[in-house]
Amino acid sequence: MPIVKSLRAIGHRSVNSVWRLGFAARFLALTLFYSGTSFRRFHLTVKEIFSSGVMSLIIILVAGMFVGMVLGLQGFETLKRYGSESALGSLVALSLVRELGPVLAALLFASRAGSAMTAEIGLMKATEQISAMEMMAVNPIARVVAPRFWAGVISMPLLAAMFSAMGVFGGYVVGVVLIGVDEGSFWSQMQGAVDFQHDVMNGVIKSFVFGVAVTAIALFEGFDAPPTAEGVSGATTRTVVQSSLAILMLDFVLTAFMFRGA
Amino acid sequence: MERTTLDLWVGAFVVAGLAALVVLALKVGNLSTYNVSETYQLQAHFTNVGGLKPNASVRSAGVLVGRVTSIVLDTELYQAKVTMSIDKRYQFPKDTFANILTSGLLGEQYIGLMAGADEQMLKGGEEFKKTQSAMVLEELIGKFLFSKADSAK
Amino acid sequence: MFEKTVALQAKYAVVIECASRNQCKRSFVSSQSLVEIRDVNFSYDQRPILNGINMSFGKGKVVAVMGGSGCGKTTLLRLIGGALKPTKGEVRIDGQVIHELDMAGLYAMRRKMGMLFQFGALFTDMSVYDNVAFQMREHTDLPEELIHDLVLMKLHAVGLRGTHNLMPAELSGGMARRVALARTVALDPMLILYDEPFAGLDPISLSVVGQLIRKLNDALGATSVVVTHDVQESLKIVDYVYFIAEGVIVAEGTPAEIVASDKPFVHQFVHGEMDGPIPFHYPVANSYAQDLGVSA
Repeated sequence: MPIVKSLRAIGHRSVNSVWRLGFAARFLALTLFYSGTSFRRFHLTVKEIFSSGVMSLIIILVAGMFVGMVLGLQGFETLKRYGSESALGSLVALSLVRELGPVLAALLFASRAGSAMTAEIGLMKATEQISAMEMMAVNPIARVVAPRFWAGVISMPLLAAMFSAMGVFGGYVVGVVLIGVDEGSFWSQMQGAVDFQHDVMNGVIKSFVFGVAVTAIALFEGFDAPPTAEGVSGATTRTVVQSSLAILMLDFVLTAFMFRGA
Repeated sequence: MERTTLDLWVGAFVVAGLAALVVLALKVGNLSTYNVSETYQLQAHFTNVGGLKPNASVRSAGVLVGRVTSIVLDTELYQAKVTMSIDKRYQFPKDTFANILTSGLLGEQYIGLMAGADEQMLKGGEEFKKTQSAMVLEELIGKFLFSKADSAK
Repeated sequence: MFEKTVALQAKYAVVIECASRNQCKRSFVSSQSLVEIRDVNFSYDQRPILNGINMSFGKGKVVAVMGGSGCGKTTLLRLIGGALKPTKGEVRIDGQVIHELDMAGLYAMRRKMGMLFQFGALFTDMSVYDNVAFQMREHTDLPEELIHDLVLMKLHAVGLRGTHNLMPAELSGGMARRVALARTVALDPMLILYDEPFAGLDPISLSVVGQLIRKLNDALGATSVVVTHDVQESLKIVDYVYFIAEGVIVAEGTPAEIVASDKPFVHQFVHGEMDGPIPFHYPVANSYAQDLGVSA
């Protein structure tokens, strides 16, 4: 009976995915529960901030610069048609602070730091380092997972802020220095349009949420990876795919809540 | 890597990130024009607020003196009741005129205050008695067409 | 063979006799053997791995558990370490039933254990020094100067004091195994578990690691359980051997008894014969001739 067979397959897959979701939720809860060590021995977290945050700095800054420059160029070409080149500053800043900064920084973070986290933890598991830690009476979630989680959550808003600031600078370079938009109106229009609470803080909140999502997915995939070469590589791919999708979906939800109607 | 080097890098990273946030707040955003702590509340009724939104600016002689905090419909008068918080440094006479104005032809709407000559100043919680509603473009065009039609007769 | 059965029966008589009086049981266990495995069954899902295993590891002894690949040796170690729960039966360490301990109790017990994993399982993101210092930093408040001295002492014991600045990736397989050994005994455990300590080592490293297992055990007054399929090396260093095949104990005895044994399985295993109770050919339904299509 092909119908029964395919129904069974659907059932199996849905049960599996719900099970995995529950497992991931439990994993996140455990991570939060065992977070004490990450703060009591903060140097553990500092080490992970270095390998996820500081090591992502170059790509974030370069990407931010170029995105800002493209925004400056495209924005200028579009705004010129309506004779409102002076609004270039607000266009560049608003797009970066509200959307592009948090989202693009999170996407880059997912593929740069998230995939590395998954691979590292997956390999630690494959080479029995996690089991060894457990046998030494050290909780691997407290010692390995939680510091990485908090490092990601702390790094993400900072990286997004740097991305946005760099992007605004890129837009300034193209718009004011190269094209010659009036510098005074560039900045004053920007300040008139960008509200600290409404735009900047909401951007920070967004990047914080993305940070939680990306690191949680990366760590779970690493911890859940089958201890083989294929298992780890598959988990790394899933991290990038799932966290990218999660970022974009969460971005829609958050945007709908934050900027609706106002 | 040595722990001290690590600490140095991470410290620099955190400082740079916070600096970027400060730049976003002060240079890109409008935090420098905020004066959050010292404000008092004033109210005004308008027959029509047009496109006025919460957080719109309140200006007097073009200077930013406060912000709109809330806009609700007063169901006794069926008028819009606008609450605004005004910087403590600025006091306004009781007969000050509150207008809803538009920056540029299609720009944002804001409240403009034209000071009167009364000796007494408005205190927190009091109301502007004299208000003028927003100019609604469609009504303006309508009026203009009617007056043309009238004069053509 | 007969004598041994009698001896075993005598031992069980003691255990059963004392089971009603708790205190007696404890004193028996702690005075004679550190690890007691009683009637342990274990299965993954529906697949049985171990079936009615009884073992006891005396204090101060080095005991080998041997058997072919996939016979459940590693499972046994995981049962002792409390990473798995037996389906039936119990594992007692120092008088306490491992699978009845809560998380804190299990972790407290594991602090008194050390385990050497198959390929060392050194933390690849830490130097040799930090690897050995890991447990001292996690579990004690010792000042860094004292940890420094302790780490160098442990590394010296395995002959690798000079490597403390290297990363695990810079070590050869044999050296990595010795560093892992130093890490395993970092907190002077009372029970040391070895999972295939000889796998993938050259002959020199092999005998170095073998000698170290014996020497460290005697120096620490610990008890060691060596899970291995390397017969020649382990017979040189152990006090007692258990043979496991298909989830049951098929033979046990001192190394001398094992070498002299004429049991077909033990003989095949010890002498590395191709065919015997463990067949060379994977079981197939058809005969060779049928599969090749030459039969009538």
